[in-house]
Amino acid sequence: MPTKVFPGKYSSLAEISDFIAENTKLAGFDEKETYAVQLAVDEACSNIIEHSYGEELAGEIECDCQSSETGITIVLKDSGKPFSPEDVPELEVGIPLFEVRERGAGLFLMKKLMDEVQFDFPETGGTTLTMIKNKKR
Amino acid sequence: MSITTTDYKHCSLIKMDGRIDSNTGDSLLKAFQEVQERGTYKIVFDMADVDFMSSKGWWVLIQTQKASKRYNRGEVVLANVPQKILESLDMAGMSHYFQVFDDIVSAVGSF
Repeated sequence: MPTKVFPGKYSSLAEISDFIAENTKLAGFDEKETYAVQLAVDEACSNIIEHSYGEELAGEIECDCQSSETGITIVLKDSGKPFSPEDVPELEVGIPLFEVRERGAGLFLMKKLMDEVQFDFPETGGTTLTMIKNKKR
Repeated sequence: MSITTTDYKHCSLIKMDGRIDSNTGDSLLKAFQEVQERGTYKIVFDMADVDFMSSKGWWVLIQTQKASKRYNRGEVVLANVPQKILESLDMAGMSHYFQVFDDIVSAVGSF
Protein backbone atom coordinates (compact mmCIF):
# COMPACT_ATOMS: atom_id res chain seq x y z
CA MET A 1 0.00 0.00 0.00
CA PRO A 2 1.25 3.41 -0.93
CA THR A 3 2.76 6.36 0.87
CA LYS A 4 2.41 9.82 -0.55
CA VAL A 5 3.73 13.19 0.60
CA PHE A 6 1.64 16.31 0.14
CA PRO A 7 2.49 19.99 0.55
CA GLY A 8 0.99 21.32 3.79
CA LYS A 9 -1.56 23.65 2.18
CA TYR A 10 -5.33 23.64 2.02
CA SER A 11 -5.41 23.11 -1.73
CA SER A 12 -3.80 19.69 -1.07
CA LEU A 13 -6.94 18.50 0.74
CA ALA A 14 -8.80 17.49 -2.44
CA GLU A 15 -5.84 15.44 -3.68
CA ILE A 16 -5.40 13.84 -0.26
CA SER A 17 -9.11 12.99 -0.27
CA ASP A 18 -8.84 11.33 -3.68
CA PHE A 19 -5.80 9.35 -2.53
CA ILE A 20 -7.62 8.16 0.57
CA ALA A 21 -10.79 7.29 -1.36
CA GLU A 22 -8.86 5.25 -3.91
CA ASN A 23 -7.06 3.21 -1.27
CA THR A 24 -10.06 2.79 1.00
CA LYS A 25 -12.14 1.42 -1.87
CA LEU A 26 -9.27 -0.88 -2.87
CA ALA A 27 -9.26 -2.16 0.70
CA GLY A 28 -12.88 -3.25 0.20
CA PHE A 29 -14.88 -0.53 1.96
CA ASP A 30 -18.20 0.73 0.59
CA GLU A 31 -19.08 4.33 -0.37
CA LYS A 32 -20.37 5.31 3.06
CA GLU A 33 -17.33 3.92 4.88
CA THR A 34 -14.99 5.49 2.33
CA TYR A 35 -16.58 8.89 2.93
CA ALA A 36 -16.12 8.43 6.68
CA VAL A 37 -12.39 7.76 6.23
CA GLN A 38 -12.03 10.69 3.80
CA LEU A 39 -13.72 13.01 6.28
CA ALA A 40 -11.60 11.87 9.24
CA VAL A 41 -8.40 12.32 7.24
CA ASP A 42 -9.49 15.73 5.94
CA GLU A 43 -10.15 16.90 9.49
CA ALA A 44 -6.75 15.61 10.61
CA CYS A 45 -4.90 17.25 7.71
CA SER A 46 -6.69 20.57 8.22
CA ASN A 47 -5.63 20.45 11.88
CA ILE A 48 -2.03 19.72 10.89
CA ILE A 49 -1.90 22.78 8.63
CA GLU A 50 -3.73 25.08 11.03
CA HIS A 51 -2.35 23.98 14.38
CA SER A 52 0.80 21.90 13.93
CA TYR A 53 2.29 24.10 11.24
CA GLY A 54 0.38 27.26 12.11
CA GLU A 55 0.20 28.30 8.46
CA GLU A 56 0.21 26.92 4.91
CA LEU A 57 3.40 25.65 3.26
CA ALA A 58 5.32 25.42 6.55
CA GLY A 59 5.83 21.69 6.06
CA GLU A 60 4.60 18.52 4.44
CA ILE A 61 2.07 15.84 5.30
CA GLU A 62 3.08 12.24 4.77
CA CYS A 63 0.14 9.92 4.28
CA ASP A 64 0.48 6.14 4.41
CA CYS A 65 -2.36 3.68 3.77
CA GLN A 66 -2.08 0.06 4.80
CA SER A 67 -4.89 -2.40 4.31
CA SER A 68 -5.37 -5.79 5.89
CA GLU A 69 -8.08 -8.40 6.06
CA THR A 70 -9.61 -6.56 8.99
CA GLY A 71 -9.50 -2.97 7.77
CA ILE A 72 -7.36 -0.01 6.81
CA THR A 73 -4.71 1.87 8.77
CA ILE A 74 -3.98 5.48 7.82
CA VAL A 75 -0.80 7.04 9.21
CA LEU A 76 -0.29 10.78 8.91
CA LYS A 77 3.08 12.30 9.78
CA ASP A 78 4.01 15.94 10.11
CA SER A 79 7.05 17.85 11.36
CA GLY A 80 5.17 20.65 13.04
CA LYS A 81 4.43 21.55 16.64
CA PRO A 82 3.30 18.44 18.55
CA PHE A 83 -0.45 18.32 18.90
CA SER A 84 -1.88 17.46 22.27
CA PRO A 85 -5.44 16.09 21.99
CA GLU A 86 -5.98 16.70 25.72
CA ASP A 87 -5.73 20.44 25.10
CA VAL A 88 -8.61 20.41 22.62
CA PRO A 89 -11.92 21.40 24.19
CA GLU A 90 -14.71 18.91 23.65
CA LEU A 91 -17.29 19.75 21.05
CA GLU A 92 -20.49 20.76 22.81
CA VAL A 93 -23.55 19.18 21.29
CA GLY A 94 -27.15 20.31 21.60
CA ILE A 95 -26.50 23.78 23.01
CA PRO A 96 -28.29 26.96 21.86
CA LEU A 97 -27.13 28.33 18.50
CA PHE A 98 -25.57 31.53 19.86
CA GLU A 99 -23.50 29.52 22.37
CA VAL A 100 -21.92 27.33 19.69
CA ARG A 101 -18.18 27.92 19.43
CA GLU A 102 -15.92 26.81 16.61
CA ARG A 103 -13.69 24.27 18.36
CA GLY A 104 -13.13 20.59 18.79
CA ALA A 105 -15.08 19.45 15.74
CA GLY A 106 -12.16 17.89 13.90
CA LEU A 107 -11.04 15.63 16.73
CA PHE A 108 -14.67 14.81 17.54
CA LEU A 109 -15.26 13.60 13.98
CA MET A 110 -12.02 11.63 13.82
CA LYS A 111 -12.97 9.71 16.97
CA LYS A 112 -16.55 9.14 15.82
CA LEU A 113 -15.71 8.03 12.29
CA MET A 114 -12.67 5.87 12.91
CA ASP A 115 -12.37 2.88 15.22
CA GLU A 116 -8.99 3.86 16.63
CA VAL A 117 -7.20 7.22 16.81
CA GLN A 118 -3.67 7.31 18.24
CA PHE A 119 -1.29 10.27 18.52
CA ASP A 120 2.46 9.63 18.91
CA PHE A 121 5.24 12.16 19.26
CA PRO A 122 8.58 10.85 17.97
CA GLU A 123 11.79 12.14 19.50
CA THR A 124 12.72 13.52 16.09
CA GLY A 125 9.81 15.93 16.38
CA GLY A 126 6.37 16.37 14.87
CA THR A 127 3.38 14.11 15.29
CA THR A 128 2.43 10.68 13.97
CA LEU A 129 -1.33 10.14 13.84
CA THR A 130 -2.57 6.59 13.29
CA MET A 131 -6.24 6.01 12.48
CA ILE A 132 -7.78 2.60 11.94
CA LYS A 133 -11.11 1.71 10.35
CA ASN A 134 -12.25 -1.88 10.74
CA LYS A 135 -14.35 -3.71 8.20
CA LYS A 136 -17.82 -4.69 9.33
CA ARG A 137 -18.10 -8.41 9.92
CA MET B 1 -15.96 24.67 -7.41
CA SER B 2 -18.67 27.15 -8.31
CA ILE B 3 -21.00 29.25 -6.21
CA THR B 4 -24.08 30.91 -7.67
CA THR B 5 -26.58 33.27 -6.09
CA THR B 6 -30.16 33.75 -7.27
CA ASP B 7 -32.39 36.37 -5.71
CA TYR B 8 -36.09 35.68 -5.26
CA LYS B 9 -38.82 37.92 -3.91
CA HIS B 10 -38.54 36.71 -0.33
CA CYS B 11 -35.14 35.06 -0.13
CA SER B 12 -31.87 34.36 -1.88
CA LEU B 13 -30.75 30.97 -3.11
CA ILE B 14 -27.08 30.06 -2.93
CA LYS B 15 -25.87 26.94 -4.67
CA MET B 16 -22.41 25.48 -4.40
CA ASP B 17 -20.94 22.44 -6.04
CA GLY B 18 -17.90 20.34 -5.20
CA ARG B 19 -16.09 20.32 -1.89
CA ILE B 20 -16.66 22.51 1.14
CA ASP B 21 -13.45 22.26 3.13
CA SER B 22 -10.75 24.45 4.63
CA ASN B 23 -9.69 25.42 1.11
CA THR B 24 -13.09 26.46 -0.24
CA GLY B 25 -15.08 27.32 2.89
CA ASP B 26 -14.06 30.99 2.99
CA SER B 27 -15.38 31.52 -0.54
CA LEU B 28 -18.76 30.15 0.54
CA LEU B 29 -18.74 32.36 3.64
CA LYS B 30 -18.03 35.37 1.45
CA ALA B 31 -21.00 34.52 -0.78
CA PHE B 32 -23.32 34.32 2.24
CA GLN B 33 -21.95 37.57 3.66
CA GLU B 34 -22.47 39.42 0.36
CA VAL B 35 -26.15 38.44 0.41
CA GLN B 36 -26.54 39.50 4.02
CA GLU B 37 -24.76 42.80 3.41
CA ARG B 38 -27.45 43.56 0.82
CA GLY B 39 -30.01 43.16 3.59
CA THR B 40 -31.19 39.63 2.73
CA TYR B 41 -31.14 37.28 5.71
CA LYS B 42 -33.55 34.62 4.41
CA ILE B 43 -31.28 32.23 2.55
CA VAL B 44 -31.70 28.82 0.96
CA PHE B 45 -28.49 26.85 0.58
CA ASP B 46 -28.82 24.25 -2.17
CA MET B 47 -26.42 21.37 -1.47
CA ALA B 48 -27.49 19.05 -4.30
CA ASP B 49 -24.05 19.08 -5.91
CA VAL B 50 -21.91 19.28 -2.80
CA ASP B 51 -19.95 16.04 -2.73
CA PHE B 52 -17.93 16.61 0.44
CA MET B 53 -18.24 18.82 3.52
CA SER B 54 -15.84 18.99 6.44
CA SER B 55 -16.38 20.78 9.74
CA LYS B 56 -15.21 23.99 8.03
CA GLY B 57 -18.52 23.87 6.19
CA TRP B 58 -20.38 23.42 9.48
CA TRP B 59 -18.81 26.56 10.89
CA VAL B 60 -19.56 28.60 7.78
CA LEU B 61 -23.21 27.58 8.02
CA ILE B 62 -23.36 28.19 11.78
CA GLN B 63 -21.74 31.63 11.47
CA THR B 64 -24.16 32.55 8.69
CA GLN B 65 -27.13 31.23 10.64
CA LYS B 66 -26.17 33.31 13.67
CA ALA B 67 -26.01 36.44 11.50
CA SER B 68 -29.38 35.67 9.90
CA LYS B 69 -31.19 34.82 13.11
CA ARG B 70 -29.84 37.75 15.07
CA TYR B 71 -32.67 40.27 15.64
CA ASN B 72 -35.00 37.71 13.98
CA ARG B 73 -34.07 39.00 10.55
CA GLY B 74 -34.33 35.62 8.86
CA GLU B 75 -32.65 32.23 8.73
CA VAL B 76 -30.62 29.87 6.59
CA VAL B 77 -32.36 26.69 5.45
CA LEU B 78 -30.75 23.74 3.71
CA ALA B 79 -32.04 21.95 0.62
CA ASN B 80 -31.06 18.72 -1.13
CA VAL B 81 -28.56 17.73 1.53
CA PRO B 82 -26.73 14.55 0.45
CA GLN B 83 -27.38 11.71 2.89
CA LYS B 84 -23.70 11.23 3.81
CA ILE B 85 -23.38 14.93 4.68
CA LEU B 86 -26.64 14.93 6.64
CA GLU B 87 -25.36 12.00 8.66
CA SER B 88 -22.17 13.83 9.61
CA LEU B 89 -24.22 16.93 10.53
CA ASP B 90 -26.52 14.75 12.65
CA MET B 91 -23.53 13.09 14.32
CA ALA B 92 -22.50 16.40 15.89
CA GLY B 93 -26.00 17.73 16.40
CA MET B 94 -25.38 20.43 13.79
CA SER B 95 -28.49 19.67 11.74
CA HIS B 96 -30.49 20.73 14.83
CA TYR B 97 -29.74 24.36 13.92
CA PHE B 98 -31.23 24.22 10.42
CA GLN B 99 -34.48 23.36 8.71
CA VAL B 100 -33.72 20.80 6.00
CA PHE B 101 -35.85 20.52 2.86
CA ASP B 102 -35.89 17.80 0.21
CA ASP B 103 -36.19 20.23 -2.68
CA ILE B 104 -35.72 23.86 -3.67
CA VAL B 105 -39.41 24.61 -4.19
CA SER B 106 -40.25 23.67 -0.60
CA ALA B 107 -37.24 25.51 0.74
CA VAL B 108 -37.91 28.76 -1.12
CA GLY B 109 -41.62 28.43 -0.40
CA SER B 110 -40.97 28.26 3.33
CA PHE B 111 -40.22 31.98 3.40
